[in-house]
Amino acid sequence: MLKKPNNYSMHIAIIGNGISGITTARYLRKLDPNARVTVISSETDHFFSRTALMYIYMGHMGFKETKPYEDYFWDKNRIDLKNAHIQRIDFNEKMLHTQTNEQISYDKLVLALGSSPNKFGWPGQDLKGVGGLYFYQDLERMEQYSKGLQRAVIVGGGLIGIEMAEMFHSRHIPVTFLVRETNYWNAVLPEEESKMVSREIIKNGIDLRLETELKEILDNGNGTCKAAVTNKGETIECGFVGLTAGVHPNVKWLKDTELEINRGIKVNAYLETNIPGVYAVGDCAEQQDVQAGRRPIEAIWYTGRMMGEICAYNIMGKQKSYDPGIWFNSAKFMDIEYQVYGAVSGRPPEHHASLYWEHEEGNKSVRIVYDKNTNEVVGFNLMGVRFRHEVCEKWLREKTDMKTVLSQLKLAEFDPEFYPSFAEPIISAYNKQTGSSVRSTASRKWNQVFSFLHKA
Amino acid sequence: MSTIYTPISTDKPPYNDAIEKLGAAIGSLGLLVLLISWAGVNLPQPKLWLYGSLSAMFAGIMIFSFRRYMTKPAGIKNNGNFLSGTVNRGILGWVAGILITGFYVCLYIKAEWLGLGKDGVANTGFVGLFDPLAMAIKGKPASQWFVYGTLYTFAILAFGVKFILKYRHNKYHILRTISIMFFQLFFAYLIPEVLEVLNPETATNYFGKDMKNMWPLNSYFFEEWSITNMSKAGFLGYFFLFLGLSMIFFISPVLTYLYGKRWYCSWVCGCGGLAETAGDPYRHLSDKSMRAWKIERWMIHSVLLFSFVMTIAVIYGYLPNKDSYWLNRTSFTILVSVLLFGLAAAYYFLQNKNDEDYGQKVTYIVTGSVIAFTILFLVNYISGSGNAFILSNETLRSTYGFYIGAIFSGIIGVGFYPLLGSRVWCRFGCPMAALMGVQQKLFSRFRITTNGSQCISCGNCSTYCEMGIDVRAYAQKGQNIVRASCVGCGVCSAVCPRGVLRLENGSVDIFSKTTEKRVAMIPESEIGIL
Repeated sequence: MLKKPNNYSMHIAIIGNGISGITTARYLRKLDPNARVTVISSETDHFFSRTALMYIYMGHMGFKETKPYEDYFWDKNRIDLKNAHIQRIDFNEKMLHTQTNEQISYDKLVLALGSSPNKFGWPGQDLKGVGGLYFYQDLERMEQYSKGLQRAVIVGGGLIGIEMAEMFHSRHIPVTFLVRETNYWNAVLPEEESKMVSREIIKNGIDLRLETELKEILDNGNGTCKAAVTNKGETIECGFVGLTAGVHPNVKWLKDTELEINRGIKVNAYLETNIPGVYAVGDCAEQQDVQAGRRPIEAIWYTGRMMGEICAYNIMGKQKSYDPGIWFNSAKFMDIEYQVYGAVSGRPPEHHASLYWEHEEGNKSVRIVYDKNTNEVVGFNLMGVRFRHEVCEKWLREKTDMKTVLSQLKLAEFDPEFYPSFAEPIISAYNKQTGSSVRSTASRKWNQVFSFLHKA
Repeated sequence: MSTIYTPISTDKPPYNDAIEKLGAAIGSLGLLVLLISWAGVNLPQPKLWLYGSLSAMFAGIMIFSFRRYMTKPAGIKNNGNFLSGTVNRGILGWVAGILITGFYVCLYIKAEWLGLGKDGVANTGFVGLFDPLAMAIKGKPASQWFVYGTLYTFAILAFGVKFILKYRHNKYHILRTISIMFFQLFFAYLIPEVLEVLNPETATNYFGKDMKNMWPLNSYFFEEWSITNMSKAGFLGYFFLFLGLSMIFFISPVLTYLYGKRWYCSWVCGCGGLAETAGDPYRHLSDKSMRAWKIERWMIHSVLLFSFVMTIAVIYGYLPNKDSYWLNRTSFTILVSVLLFGLAAAYYFLQNKNDEDYGQKVTYIVTGSVIAFTILFLVNYISGSGNAFILSNETLRSTYGFYIGAIFSGIIGVGFYPLLGSRVWCRFGCPMAALMGVQQKLFSRFRITTNGSQCISCGNCSTYCEMGIDVRAYAQKGQNIVRASCVGCGVCSAVCPRGVLRLENGSVDIFSKTTEKRVAMIPESEIGIL
């Protein structure tokens, strides 16, 4: 049993030390100096940034550099860290049972269990040298099989897939990248952007196979993968197969309990599960009341952070409902940065139209999506160009019309100093397309941005 | 089932491919010539060997850089940094550290070990190797400082090209690096040498002719010989005296107000120039811990205080005691006391009380120590000891010159690049950086803004901050970054994979630029912070 301090208001146990669990713990501590907070994980002793796993492999950082807080932080803030694997939860007794038969009692429980890589029943999917990239242990596996690796095959055209391709590529390990769609990630990215990323992948020397699926993974006779077979009948010899066809909430081990689970753990707007005193946050939580433009399960960094914060409030009796606001996200595809704000889709609804401008070099673009009927701007999609989150958000929230946004477009520019502004070519593309005569009236200077943002 | 496989990928070089290795080998051969001459070997035909060595090093760096960066798409090039011993404290890193440190030790303490001939004896070895170049430029044999200046400028130019290739997609870095190379080549190296050739009398009556090198970085500016020699050198001398004073009291504060201290530290300064170019591969070695930051704050501000105290003592030491001239010990004492009290008061009123980084404690330390030293100065004045502070003026000067000027800025500052990162001096010791840092913190328009909630806490920004700032700690809170130490190199913004950071100048919110935070939806004012 964990040592208990002499007096504390309650014991909150958090399973999972990712961004959601850790944010919950930090905010619990901010809200209540007396609560006992224990974060339990069998992944790593300390919180690290999962998003930076790829940079460890690529040698941009060491593991230490991925930890957002120094190791003394936890003691100083009296957040207990426990390296243990919880095997079973007794919700009635409020007791956690670890793999080593330890018991940990709690007053409130937060489940921040994260995700697991999807496996779709491919033959050979559980062989050695096959796996996704989510946990620290996945990184260790990649490292282990990288020695002398002649080729890696990556399955699944999403964000983790391209990360993994970039990782192997950084070590000059040839990569074959199997993507089921006609272009990379085209369910999410509009066609032009999707093609741009496909070009970027090929430009970096990665063997991109579009419209190709994995059929099975072959065993070398020792339980390790030796080749991937595609649906086109090709056998690609490889010492590693990366499975990156999405993730699912890591909740299988709780399926037979009284906890209500659909794909993820069902939570209401206060992140409460069906069991009183038990909360779920982050990748493993499935929202029952989903806001417009949002999905029930969002396995992304910032939603985990937001949920952690909200969850802490609710545990401490200060009721706040979870509202992640207007959709945004970002990523980096090899050397192309990507940002999205609002409603942008690879399969846009009928009433959406968009203005698309692409730089002649083919590695930068700006797309502004608007409503055909009302002319209100509904989304921004940016490749290789940085826009300012707050400015885009304000335009979207205030349902600003296209012409106003264009005339003020420079306010959103967030590229470093001395970078060219693309507002003029974007505006002239719009004027040409619609026969309007919009003119740029703003600049990207901070003083202008500041007064725009602080204007009621 | 077919098993034919036709890879599209042709890219399969090892980390350092053969051509990169060839470049490194050619450069090393050039360096070897320098090492042999350093070992005391007098190479026949030094002209040939010197130009051969410099050309080989330049060619080696160019071959390496072009091969490494131009054969790949433009973008962030940090692959393998933490896997390479050369740049991550491996054996080669230590060797480099020891070599550079050894060179600096000789330079500052034992120049004869570099082959400097004293009292009319001809140069030998390392310094002797540079005689032909010195004869060509200034018509007399080389000194250890000429060797140093030449190699320093060479390093900034050659590695500057490398840096530009590495960041060729980023206009900020290209312009910044060209600026550094320009200021080093002309302001620090060629113009001073040419001025000396044109005004031969100033060679014997030496004074600093690097227009960008201002007090307190140039710690001897106010020393008696420097002021005297400037006053004897006619227009040129008065020009440098006037420029030096206006740099300190006018140009530097105004530019720091407008653009932050980056206008100097990462665009103009020679120390910064070397750190940004030759030191770039080591930038991630700076310590990001809270402990290092605490040490940094005590250390650099102590050096700043020391440089003030030393300079006041030196000036006080040579001023006349009587009122034979308007500037004498009495008027100087009054002037300095008013100035110091003014500075303490300015700090007290300008410092941002809402800033987490600097609490009330810091205000007390700053104002308290300034007041204490002013009182000490006044007491010494009244006692009539002739010393500005308790120690003799000369002791203060020579202690500063040796420990700060030689050991800290040179030997540790550059020698430890491969071990502690490229900005050790700038971060822990430079009084100029400290002074501009206080200005930057208190009243500059400069800050790094954070892009909403896009930060994913990956840590690239902190890792590649050469000044050891934990940039991520601010970025993940959605907070602007306003740190005294930030030299505005812009690398955090460049390496961020999510486009979160932007260097900006703006006058609207100077005194509240650090306070705003972006949390999920609840302002921190609603909750009690421990």
